[in-house]
Amino acid sequence: MTLDERLQNVSVVGAAGKMGSGIAVLIAAQMAELKEKNPDVLYRLNLIDISKKGLIGLGSYMKKQLIKHAEKSINAIRELYANRDDLVENTEMIDNFVFESMQVCNLTNNLDAARDSDLVFEAIIEDIPTKLKVLGRLKEICKDDVIYYTNTSSVPIGLLDEKLGLNGRIVGYHFYNPPVIQKLVEVITNDKTDEEAKALGMELGKRLRKKLVPANDISGFIGNGHFARDGLHGLNEVERLTGEGFSIPEAVYIVNKVSQTLLIRPMGIFQLIDYVGVDVFWAIFEVMREHIPDPTLKNDLLNKMMEVGVKGGQNPDGTQVDGFLQYKKSRPVGVYDISSGSNIPIEGEWKEKLDKYIGPLPEGCQPWRSMLVDPNKGQKLERYFANLRRSDTAGAKLAVGYLERSREIGQMLVDTGVADSPQDVNDVLLNGFFHIYGPINNY
Amino acid sequence: MAKFRKPVYVTAGYNTIALGPGRKEWRPKDTRPGIEHYVKEAGMGALNQVNDPANIDEGVLGNFMMSRYCRQGNRPGFIPMIHPALEKKPATGTEGACGSGGLALTVAIKSILADVAETVLCVGVEVQNSVKSVYGADILAGAGHYAGQRKTGHAHFFPGKFSDRAGFYFKKYNKPEATREAMALWYANAIENARLNPKAQEYYNDLEDPFAVGMTPPNPKAFCENINYYDCSKVTDAGTALIFASEEGLARLGVDKKDAAEVISYGQAESDITRTPDDLSVLWTTKAAVERALKDANLTINDIGVFEFHDCFSIGGIIALESVGLAEPGRGPDFVKAGRIKRSGDHPINTTGGLIGYGHPVGASGVRQAVDILHQLTGKAGDCQIQIDPNRPYGLSISMGGDDITVICTIYKKTGI
Repeated sequence: MTLDERLQNVSVVGAAGKMGSGIAVLIAAQMAELKEKNPDVLYRLNLIDISKKGLIGLGSYMKKQLIKHAEKSINAIRELYANRDDLVENTEMIDNFVFESMQVCNLTNNLDAARDSDLVFEAIIEDIPTKLKVLGRLKEICKDDVIYYTNTSSVPIGLLDEKLGLNGRIVGYHFYNPPVIQKLVEVITNDKTDEEAKALGMELGKRLRKKLVPANDISGFIGNGHFARDGLHGLNEVERLTGEGFSIPEAVYIVNKVSQTLLIRPMGIFQLIDYVGVDVFWAIFEVMREHIPDPTLKNDLLNKMMEVGVKGGQNPDGTQVDGFLQYKKSRPVGVYDISSGSNIPIEGEWKEKLDKYIGPLPEGCQPWRSMLVDPNKGQKLERYFANLRRSDTAGAKLAVGYLERSREIGQMLVDTGVADSPQDVNDVLLNGFFHIYGPINNY
Repeated sequence: MAKFRKPVYVTAGYNTIALGPGRKEWRPKDTRPGIEHYVKEAGMGALNQVNDPANIDEGVLGNFMMSRYCRQGNRPGFIPMIHPALEKKPATGTEGACGSGGLALTVAIKSILADVAETVLCVGVEVQNSVKSVYGADILAGAGHYAGQRKTGHAHFFPGKFSDRAGFYFKKYNKPEATREAMALWYANAIENARLNPKAQEYYNDLEDPFAVGMTPPNPKAFCENINYYDCSKVTDAGTALIFASEEGLARLGVDKKDAAEVISYGQAESDITRTPDDLSVLWTTKAAVERALKDANLTINDIGVFEFHDCFSIGGIIALESVGLAEPGRGPDFVKAGRIKRSGDHPINTTGGLIGYGHPVGASGVRQAVDILHQLTGKAGDCQIQIDPNRPYGLSISMGGDDITVICTIYKKTGI
C-alpha cells in the first residue's frame, strides 16, 4: 500500500493530549490536501481519546492550529487551489482548507473506531503497561498490515513489538512539543523493524516537512537521552551548590541563569524542565532506569518535587504552570522553595547577591534570540566561548562544566550506538531544543 | 497645466509614530488604537500649530482600505471628529491605493487654486494591524486588478509583483549581484535614517550591520523569488497631517511664511489598472508624473535638493532612480552604491526613513512624505535635518498607488529664497 492509500483512513490514539492533538492537526492537513487531489475518495481521521472533556476542547484547538498552519503554508495552499475558480483570496483559501481538514475528523471515545485504519498514531501516556494494553487492544481489532507509529520519547519499541507480536510493524515516531511547530521528529527503529513501516515513516516525515533524525532503539533515544542527563547535571549542580552554603532556591536560580544566559540557550535548564513538565521529566527517568543499567539516573530533589505535587507543564491556554520556577505570563518571576512550599520572588537583594556570585557576563555574551538571527553567529560564538573559558568567575566555571558535560553526553550517545553520528545528536538539539550550537562542538 | 495661478503653501506638519513590528510600543496581542486615534492625534498635531482651528475652511482625508481593514467607510466623516470647529465644513476622502495620500494633497491644492478654500487640513491615515499580514495581503491586493491578477498573483501579491520587477531587472541588465547589493544598501540607508527619526517604525532597529542582513538570500518557498523581507516596507498603523494654505490663508492662520514651504507644482498620472507593462524595468507612470511636475515647475531633476521616494520595495526605489532620470537606465544600482542617496550624498533620498524605515501606512504615506519634506525645507526635521543646498532649495515627493498605477509627484520650495 502506498502512503497516499494509507492516509485515507488514519487513527490517532490519545488525540486530545498535547502530542496527539498536534499530530492530529498535521494529518488532517495532509488529508485536506489529498482530498483536493482525489475528490472521489473518502478520507477519515479518527481522533480517539478516553477524555470526553479533552475531545470537547480538541475541536477548537484543531481549528485554531489549522488556521495557523494554513496561514503559514499559504504559498503551498495557493498552489493547491490554483485551479479552483471559486477560491481567489488567501482568506477564502484558508477558510476552505480549514473546513476540509476539520471535515475528515471523527472525534470519539471509542477505540474500535481505529478498526479500518491503515496507519495508527499512538500518543498516549508514557507508561509501559498502559501502552501495552492499548496497543494490545488495537492489535485485536485492526487489520494485520496496519502500521503503528508510537510517539514515545523513552519506551523501547522493541519491547512493545516483542510483547505484542507486531511483526516489526511499529516505529518510534517521536515528535517534539508542539508537533505542529517543532521541526524535529526522531524516527526510532531496530533491526526487526518492518522495512515498509520504516520507509513510509520517512516518506510521511518528509511530506510533513519535518527534520527526520534516525535514532536507535535505546531508551531515551537522542533527545531525551541528552535532555534527561543534561537536566540531571543541573540538579546535581544544585546539590553541589547547596553544599557550598546556598539554599536550594538560590542554587536553582544560579544554575538556571547560567544554563540560559552563559550557555546562550533559549531557556535555563529548570525553565525547560518546567516547560516539559516536572512529572514528564521524572517519568523519563523511571522508564530509562528500567532499560539502562545506570543507577545515577535519579535525583532526590526531583522526587521531592513529585511528592509535593509541583509539576510544571502548561495550562490548556498554553501558559506555563509553576514548577521549579514561578511564572507570570510564562516568564520566570520566582523560585519554588520546597522547604516552605512558597515561591521566592526573583528580585532585590536576593537576586543581586546571586548575580554577584555568578559574576559579570564574559565579553561577547549576547541573548539567545539576537544570536539566533546574527549572520556572524559562528564567529561570535567561537570568540564568546573562548572568553568564557578564560573567565574565572564562578558563573563561567559552572558554564564551562555544563558545556563539557553536555558534550560528554552527546559523545556517549554516539559511542553507545543511540545516535549514528555526532551530526545526528547536534541536529536533535538544534531542531528539537532550538539550541544555536550542538553539544558536540569545538567550543 | 502651467504654473499655479497663485502661490500655495504647506505648513503645520505632524506625524504620529508608525506603529507596527519593530516599535517598542508594539504589543501584537494587546488592543491597539484605531483610525479615530490616529486621525485625531495627527489632525490636532497640525491644528495646534495654528492660531485657531476655526480658520480651517475644509478637510481632506487620504486613506486606502479602512473599508476592509477596519470595516469603515465614509472617510470624510472623520474630519469633523478632529475638532468641533470642523463640524459642518466641507470634507472629502480620497482613495488611490498607496497613492491615496498623494491624491489628498492634490485635492487640497485644487481647492485653494479654485478659490473655494484658503486653508485645507489634509490628513492621511491607515490602520493595517487589525488583521494578520496574510489577510492584509488580500486587502492590499485591491491596489492591483482583482479580476485579472489576484487569482494568479502571489499569496503576498505586491511582494510578488516587485519580485517580478526585480527578476526582470536582473535579467535585462544581467547584474543580479550588483542589484542585490544595491537593494541591501537601500535597506541600510532606510534604517540609518529611521534611527534618527523618533516616530519611525525602525527607530529602535539596532542591527549591527543592516547591509549584511539586507543581503539575506531570498527564500522562494517561504516568501518570494527575488526579494527578501528586508526589501519590503512593513505593515504600519499611523496618521499624518498638514495644512495647505494660500497666502491669505497663511495670514489668517497666523503662520509666518518661514514656517511654511511653497508647493510649486504637482504632476499626476494614471495608468490602466487592467494592464501590465511589457518592460518592468521602468516605472512608466512615475516617469510621466515626475516629468510633468518638473516641467510645470520649470526645473530639472538635478535642481532638487531633497527627495521622498515611494520605496515600498527597495527594487522600486532603485528603478525609480532611473525612471525619474537621476540615473541612466541600468545604472540605478551604481547610483546607490556610490552613496549618492545617503543623507551625506548629493541627492538625499528618504532622509527620515522612507517607507522601509519610517513605515508604510499605505493611504497615509503620501501625506507623511509631504510633512517630512516640509520639515526639511523649514529646518524642523530634528536629528533628521540635512543641510539644504541654497542653490537647490527644492523638495520632491513621489506618491505611488499600486504597481505604478496612480502616481502623484509634488514639488516644494523653501520660502524666503
